[in-house]
Amino acid sequence: MKNKKTFIDPLVDNNPITRQVLGICSALAVTVKVEQALVMTFALTFVLVMSNVSVSLLRKYIPSSIRIIVQLTIISTLVTLIDQFLKAYMYDISKPMSVFIALIITNCIVMGRADAYAMQNNVKDSFLDGFGNALGYGIILVLVAFFRELLGFGTIFDIKILPDFLNNGLMLLAPGAFIILGLIIWAQRSITNFVEE
Amino acid sequence: MDLLVHYLSLATKAIFIENILLAYFLGMCSFLAISKNVEASMGIGKAVIFVNGITVPLNWVIKTYLLDDGALSWTGIESLASVDLSFLTFICFIATIAALVQFVEMFIDKFSPSLYNSLGIFLPLITVNCSILGASVFMDERGYTLGESAVFGVSAGVGFYLAIVCMAAIRFKLRYSNIPDGLKGLGITMILTGLLSMAYLSFSGIQL
Repeated sequence: MKNKKTFIDPLVDNNPITRQVLGICSALAVTVKVEQALVMTFALTFVLVMSNVSVSLLRKYIPSSIRIIVQLTIISTLVTLIDQFLKAYMYDISKPMSVFIALIITNCIVMGRADAYAMQNNVKDSFLDGFGNALGYGIILVLVAFFRELLGFGTIFDIKILPDFLNNGLMLLAPGAFIILGLIIWAQRSITNFVEE
Repeated sequence: MDLLVHYLSLATKAIFIENILLAYFLGMCSFLAISKNVEASMGIGKAVIFVNGITVPLNWVIKTYLLDDGALSWTGIESLASVDLSFLTFICFIATIAALVQFVEMFIDKFSPSLYNSLGIFLPLITVNCSILGASVFMDERGYTLGESAVFGVSAGVGFYLAIVCMAAIRFKLRYSNIPDGLKGLGITMILTGLLSMAYLSFSGIQL
């Protein structure tokens, strides 16, 4: 029961982006196309799960005074791995995203979960927590990307859905991302009845 | 003179047209968390300008003389000349930033307590602020020279400062507004940031 809760909770109720306010940067930047959002989710899932597991394995040996540096080292090693992997196998998609792949290092979700959860919990729970949070992040990312691609290009996965005259260039620019995410946050919080002070 | 104009146009671009926060979404976490308070926003803004101004050129030096393909040829050792360490870029950048922030914190604590009091709590936060690492990665990606990276570092910081103080002022006014429950806090801030970023779009096309 507890396992299930660790995994399900971050999907909707305690979503990392809309509730915990972590990792907003990349949620906005790589959401012009659904495809990019999926690649980003894949990269983040790998980094988050692996970093949670490694930090959890090492939690008894990390002195608390230098824990940030240790976590950053683990995370940046993992990010380097995934960056090299994407460059080798998905060059075309990853090229415009490479800055944001690098920025997974400072993505607050990874640091936040490593510090707040993996440092106190065992390996299995940390694995589930990492996986759940990565998926929760992915859901929001794909949702934002869905609306931006649909309204901006009129396509989904590059398949034409809406006629050309409906395209709204603003959706592809920064303001579109902010406003769509703002509306999604509103929807999520209305459904879960969460009110911020 | 040409150089000055070049630097000025680079600075305008980084501050207004390609604002690191409103156009590239970097540093959103601290932006959302701290823009509740104008004083604190000015504090973190100053800290970002300060740290960016130091780390971006420093990372340029590390990248050019240690990590790039063939960068080690200045040592004169033949076997090092063909070494390409560029896959270590991210680790080195973040390590430099983390170490430097720690160092700067100790340094100003000792020599300028008044500055320390105004930046104090924000400095450790800066290590994990994406806009700092982001500025360094952009510097690398766009192939700036040393002078350009110094200018870019400072002006990216200034852009962040302007945006966060602006937002803090708007949120201060917002306290007296009647906002739907679900939209309170994060939601309305996000939409306002969208409007702010739309306003910044009007700078695009400016050339010096």
